[in-house]
Amino acid sequence: MALLAFHNITKRFGSLTANDDISFSLDRGEVIALLGENGAGKTTLMNILYGHYTADKGYIEVDGQKLPAGQTDAAINAGIGMVHQHFTLAENLTVLENIMLGTESLWSLGQKRAPAKEKLAQMSEDYGLKVDPDARVAELSVGERQRVEILKALYRDARVLILDEPTAVLTPQEADSLFKTLKSLTKEGFAIIFISHKLHEILAISTRVEVLRRGKIVGSIETEKADRKLLAEMMVGRTVERPVLEQMETGKPIVELENVTVEDKSKDASGVPKLNKVSLTVHQHEIVGIAGVAGNGQSSLADLLSGLEKPDAGTFTLLGQEVTSASPADIVHRGVGRIPEDRHSSGVVGDMMLWENLISEDLRHAPVSKAGVLIDRKACLERANKLIDAFDIRCEGPEAETKLLSGGNMQKLILARALSPKPGFILANQPVRGLDEGAIAYVHEQLLAAKKRGAAVLLISEDLDELFALCDQIAVMYHGTLTQSYDAKTLTIAEVGLMMAGQQSKNTNHSEQPHTENSSHSETTNSGNEEHPHAN
Amino acid sequence: MMDILEILVSAGFWAATIRIVSPLILGTLGELICERAGVLNLGIEGIMTMGAMSGWMWVYMGGDLWTGVMFAAFMGLMFGLLHSIFTVYLGLSQHVTGIGITLFASSLSYYVYRMLLPDATTPPKIEPFQIYEVPFLSEIPVIGEALFSQTPLTYLALILVPVVWYVLYKTPLGLAVRMAGENPMAVEAQGINVLSIRTGAVMVGSAFMAVGGAFITMSAFDAFFFGMINGRGWICIALVIFASWKPGKALIGALLFAGLDALQVRAQQTSGALIPYQFFLMMPYILSIVAMVIMARKASYPKALLVPFRRGERT
Repeated sequence: MALLAFHNITKRFGSLTANDDISFSLDRGEVIALLGENGAGKTTLMNILYGHYTADKGYIEVDGQKLPAGQTDAAINAGIGMVHQHFTLAENLTVLENIMLGTESLWSLGQKRAPAKEKLAQMSEDYGLKVDPDARVAELSVGERQRVEILKALYRDARVLILDEPTAVLTPQEADSLFKTLKSLTKEGFAIIFISHKLHEILAISTRVEVLRRGKIVGSIETEKADRKLLAEMMVGRTVERPVLEQMETGKPIVELENVTVEDKSKDASGVPKLNKVSLTVHQHEIVGIAGVAGNGQSSLADLLSGLEKPDAGTFTLLGQEVTSASPADIVHRGVGRIPEDRHSSGVVGDMMLWENLISEDLRHAPVSKAGVLIDRKACLERANKLIDAFDIRCEGPEAETKLLSGGNMQKLILARALSPKPGFILANQPVRGLDEGAIAYVHEQLLAAKKRGAAVLLISEDLDELFALCDQIAVMYHGTLTQSYDAKTLTIAEVGLMMAGQQSKNTNHSEQPHTENSSHSETTNSGNEEHPHAN
Repeated sequence: MMDILEILVSAGFWAATIRIVSPLILGTLGELICERAGVLNLGIEGIMTMGAMSGWMWVYMGGDLWTGVMFAAFMGLMFGLLHSIFTVYLGLSQHVTGIGITLFASSLSYYVYRMLLPDATTPPKIEPFQIYEVPFLSEIPVIGEALFSQTPLTYLALILVPVVWYVLYKTPLGLAVRMAGENPMAVEAQGINVLSIRTGAVMVGSAFMAVGGAFITMSAFDAFFFGMINGRGWICIALVIFASWKPGKALIGALLFAGLDALQVRAQQTSGALIPYQFFLMMPYILSIVAMVIMARKASYPKALLVPFRRGERT
C-alpha cells in the first residue's frame, strides 16, 4: 500500500482552477519531484495535503487512512511535515520555541524545555542539521532557518517531508548540503516531495517526476529515463528554444549619459559615489548589457534612467533632448519603458486590480483619462483586456487583485505596461529574476522584438549567460564606475569576470577561450541567479 | 524643590501611587495580552467604562463585591468576543473596530446607567472594597503603608503582573499567543488554530480591562459618573508601547505615570499659588510622552500586530 496517495484533488480559486483532478501516490524512500512553472498549482496541492486549504473535490490517503481535509494538526499527526517556501518561523523567538510550539498541550502549566532541547540536540546530531537551539531566529542565516524548518517537521515525527522550492533562497553550497541531508533521510525510509522548477536539481535528487501544467498532471516519469530537455518540454508544453540573436544595423543614439556622477548621501556613506563619471550610449536596434555583482551601482543607474534619481554632475540625454532633471512621469511620457528590479515592491501595487496597475503610468492621458481628470473605466478595462490577451497574462480578469498573479504573470503585466506604448528606450533591470523557463523565454522574446522594431534596450543582469545570449554590447559596473561598452562577440566570460572584480578595461593580450565553450561556468551562474526569494 | 523631596519620601505619596497604578496595570496587561496575540484593542477605553459601570451596578443592585468584579470581567469577555468577531474572524480594520467598540461600550454604559437610575441627581453610592492591611507586612514603615495597606483589587492587579509574565513566557499557551502575534502562519503550520488563540487572548485581555474599570468605581471611588475613565485606556495603550510588550516593564511604566500623577496633586497643594494648576495636570502626560519617545525607539513590535490572518487564502 502506498504511504501517501492523492485521489482526484481539485481546487478552485474563483474561476481559476489551481488543481484539476490530480492523482498520484508516494512510497517510503521515494523522492517525488513536483515540477511545473510558476502558477502550475504545485504549492496549492501541497497546501491541501498539509491542511492549509480544503480541496473542493477529492481526498488524500495516508497508509490507507483518509486524511481529514483542511486540518493542519491532522496532517501533522499523520506524519506529514512541510518546509514552506516562505518560512513559517517567528523571528523574535528562539529556535527551540519555534520548534516546541504545538508539541505540548496548550493547557499545561509549564514547558518541558530540557527534554525538548535534548531531543533536538540528538536529532541535529543524527541528521547533521546543526543549529543553536537558543538562538533567535532573526540571527540565523537563510540556510540555518531552513534547517530549523526541517527539524520542526522531524521533531514531530514526520514521515513525509514536503519541501516547497527549498533551494530558491540558498547559495549553491547550502543547496548541496541540503541535498546530502535529503539523501540520508530517504535512506532512513522518509518519503520526500520536492517542489521545484530547476531541472538540474530535480534530476539530481528525485526518483520520479510528476509534471504539473495549469493545474493538471501532464506527465509522470522515472527520473532515470528523463533528461533536461524532455522535462523542460513537459513542463512548458512545447519546445523551449533559445532566442536567436539577430545582428542589426544600429540607428541613432537614444540614450546618452555623459560623465554622470551620483553621490552617496546615505547616513553610512563610504565616500564612494553610487555612480562615478558614468558614460553610456544606447542606440536604436541595440541591446546593451550591464554586467556586475549586485550592489555595484546598477540600482542607481536604473533609478537615474527612470528619473527617480538626479545626478550631481553630468548630463542625461534622451532622444536628443536633455532630461537630466526631468520628472519620472516626464521621462516615461517621452518614451521610456521600465521593468523594475523588484516587481513586488516597485513594479506593481499588489492590492490593486490588474487594470489599475496596467494604466498606472498613463493616468493623465487619453484614452485612460477624460480631460486629464477623470478615469474612463470602460476604456481602461477594454485596454486591459487587450493587453491580457496580447501578453498572455493568466488571470481571472482585469478586475482581479494583482497580488494573486504568479511571478511570471506579474512580470508579463509589467511588460505589457512598459512595452505596449512602444517606447524608444527600454530599461530592463533583472527582468527574469525568479521566473521559470517558459516565462524567461517569453521576456527575452519580447526584448528582442522591441529591439527589432527599433527600440534601444538596456539590460541589467547578474546572469552572464543571459547577457551573452541577448546583448550586442556589454559594459561592466564595479563600485559605481562603468567600463566602456564592448562588442559582445569579442568578449569572453572570463574577461567580463575580471572586470566584475575591478579590472578597469578588457586586457586584449589575455584573451582566453570564447564564452561558448565555457559551459561549466554557465552552470554555476545559472544556479546562483535564476532564482529569487520573492518568486512563487 | 525641598517640597518635592518631602513628598517623595512620604508614605501617603507612595500609597496614592499604588492606588492610582492599579487600574493602569490591569488595563495595560489586558492590552498587552491582546497585542501579543497580534490584535490592537482600541476598545479599551469603552471596555473599562463598561467594567466600571457594570461592576458598580451589580453591587448597587444588591450583589456582593466579588461577584460584581466577576460580572465586570464577564462583560469584558463579551466585548472582547465582539472585537474578535470583527477583527479576528472577519479580518476588519482593528483601528476602526476598536474605536467603534469604545464608542459603543461607553455610550451603552451611560445609557444603561441612566435607564436604571433615571432619577438620580447626585450619583448614588455603594459600599466599596475596604483597605485590607496585610498582617505584619503592613507595619513596615513607608513600604507597609504603601504596598500592604491597599484594597484587595490592588493586590490582585500586582499579583497578575508575574502571573501574566509566567503564562506568556513559560507555558505552551503563552508561546502560542506570542507566536500568533509574530507569525500566525507559524502557528497554523504547527496545527494550532490561530483564530481561537487570538480570540481567547482578546477576550481575556478585555476582561482585564473591564476589571481595571471596575476598580475605579468599586475600590478607588464608590460611585459611577460620566467620563470617569477619563483617558486611562489611552494611557494603557501608550504604556504597552513604553513597555515593549513586556509585563515587567509595563509595571514600571505604569508606576512612573501613577507616581507623576500622585506627585502633581501634591505639588499643586504646596506651590499652587505660583504656577497655574493646569501645568501640574499636564505634567504626567508630558513626561509620559518624553519617556515614550525615549523608550519606543527601542521597542520591537509584535511582527504581526494589526495583520489579520485569513485561513486558506492565497497570499
